[in-house]
Amino acid sequence: MILHNTDRVLVQGITGKQGTFWTEQMQAYGTNVVGGVNPKKAGETHCGVPVYATAKEAAGFDVSVMFIPPGAALAAAEDAIEAGAKMVVILTEHIPSHDVMRIHAAAKERGTRIVGPNTAGLVTPGECFVGIMPAFNDRVFKPGSVGVVSRSGSLGTLICLNLVGAGFGESAFIGIGGDPMIGTTTKDALEAFENDPNTEAVVLVGEIGGGMEEEAAQFAATMTKPVVSFIAGAAAPVGKKMGHAGAIVMGNQGSYASKRGALEQAGVTVVDTPSLIPDALKRAMGSGRVIH
Amino acid sequence: MNFEEHAGKRVLAQAGVPIPRGRLATSPDEAAEIAAEIGPVVVKAQVPTGKRGKAGGIKLAATPDEARAAAEAILGMDIGGHRVERLLIEEKADIAREFYAAVLDDTRNRAPLVMFSTEGGMDIEEVAAERPEDLRKAEIDIRKGFDLVAAREMLSGLDVPDAVPQFLKSLYEVWRTRDAELVEINPLAELADGRVVALDCKFVLDDSAAFRQSDIAGWGAAETMTELESRGRDLGLKYIELGGAVGVLANGAGLTMTTMDAITHFGGRPANFLEIGGEAYTKATDALRLVLSNPEVKSLIINFCGAFARTDVMAEGVVRAWMDLRPNLPAFFSIHGTNEDEAIRLVRDRLGFEPYDRMEDAVRAAVEAAR
Repeated sequence: MILHNTDRVLVQGITGKQGTFWTEQMQAYGTNVVGGVNPKKAGETHCGVPVYATAKEAAGFDVSVMFIPPGAALAAAEDAIEAGAKMVVILTEHIPSHDVMRIHAAAKERGTRIVGPNTAGLVTPGECFVGIMPAFNDRVFKPGSVGVVSRSGSLGTLICLNLVGAGFGESAFIGIGGDPMIGTTTKDALEAFENDPNTEAVVLVGEIGGGMEEEAAQFAATMTKPVVSFIAGAAAPVGKKMGHAGAIVMGNQGSYASKRGALEQAGVTVVDTPSLIPDALKRAMGSGRVIH
Repeated sequence: MNFEEHAGKRVLAQAGVPIPRGRLATSPDEAAEIAAEIGPVVVKAQVPTGKRGKAGGIKLAATPDEARAAAEAILGMDIGGHRVERLLIEEKADIAREFYAAVLDDTRNRAPLVMFSTEGGMDIEEVAAERPEDLRKAEIDIRKGFDLVAAREMLSGLDVPDAVPQFLKSLYEVWRTRDAELVEINPLAELADGRVVALDCKFVLDDSAAFRQSDIAGWGAAETMTELESRGRDLGLKYIELGGAVGVLANGAGLTMTTMDAITHFGGRPANFLEIGGEAYTKATDALRLVLSNPEVKSLIINFCGAFARTDVMAEGVVRAWMDLRPNLPAFFSIHGTNEDEAIRLVRDRLGFEPYDRMEDAVRAAVEAAR
């Protein structure tokens, strides 16, 4: 799930306003965009690449990124999966949950990695990005050795800003999405960073709701690289959805205390506010870390 | 979107799932009339929350007079913050045995889950924790569905009425065709006459699928909202009142939660949750007006970290609302990300505020100003 400029990227919904704007940004940054999809504009050229009626017609791509509205997301994702995509990055928010389950079932069968739904995308600083992250802002993204995984795009941006401001750079940013049923989890991202030779330490940006941070904590306990974390939602009231459909505390499940406790028990440094991350990272990287 | 019991049962009945005979009443006289038609009844408060029985919201009535008295007692009650305004008057079931059945989104496995237990009428979390062997679960491939063979398989070895597999299959079909997040029957009852019926029903519609369930979407229970919260909803904004003095305007759910956390961390209390992330980033003017409509707000933190959301567009929206309202309170800005230079210039030149470089410094200043 760490993106490289050798990955051939297909943009589904390339001709729309957002599709066009972000395709231009991706291309300018170095993303290898090989084509786009819009059944009504098949045969045309848009952003300098061919437009196809379907992903199946496009073939010859590795990663698809979807700028597609909720009601059409299932069909688009199925198309990309059947076309043989290795990875489908779904930016769309508010896809009906039954459609999301169907997407995951199809992806499981074909071995396709799904990132999202409701993700801001993936960035490999200095190389390429897919999605809607400000990769081109050099106060936010700079090549370096810190892997960042975040459910939220806006908070992920803030964390990266803090890192770069303190002299760090990122090996990659993995936005996993704010929905309750996402294809790539916090733990999956930790695994990718643990195996990535360019990553020396990881920042885990979590959120209240669900059990992903707890699951990731179990893996973090076995990692050789230091992990520092910030979890959003300490001040959120119980039982209310905090914007992200996934961010809701029911009883004690999904609570801040449960996540922070699990991570700290796994040896992860959890900080109270985002600007404390760089110092915690310096300490964690300086001192080395007990290898379990 | 939660449905009250009567609305959930209406969805069940449409799909041919057996429910007891009954009707809604909004007055004691109506309750008595319905009881006169049906015979002995159960009078049930209709509120979108559990534990109605414990709160005294469910009463048996053998005669129309008893039904009237029960209705008088229950109407107007407060149950879990909901005022009782409707009652379901239902035939009193002659129960032989009680079970539990549910179909839900299993977010962990990203797949539907069918659950069944011979322990009906209990808190299912308790059953799961104390006697997990009494709870049967079947994970479903949503593309294949759930048939009688699968239903019989998950029930194998249990002593249940012959009608239960078909009931589970129908329940799954309701969940699937109605875009439910949850449909839970507790208890599912075997009656003395052999019928198997849903005595209670908890139905939750997936909000994101309401557009294709328009015939039932209006049956959902209205959320209890403050006046400002419902104004937010009408504007297409997710606004939650939190009772503090520091007004919050940020983009993105994660960043907004983090802003609230930082306010709390520095000893303040947020007045609201309000995010204008995603497509809503063009609504900054409406959003700021909403935040400023709360008379409790003593200071304002505006925290933008734009990716998709362009900070210059959001800042322009803020400037517009501020120029219109000219509020007499201090505002503190932190602006980073897409088009930040233009956004910072706007705020500096038009409003005379100097954005902070660190979010925490802006939040701390806002907390101090609200004291």
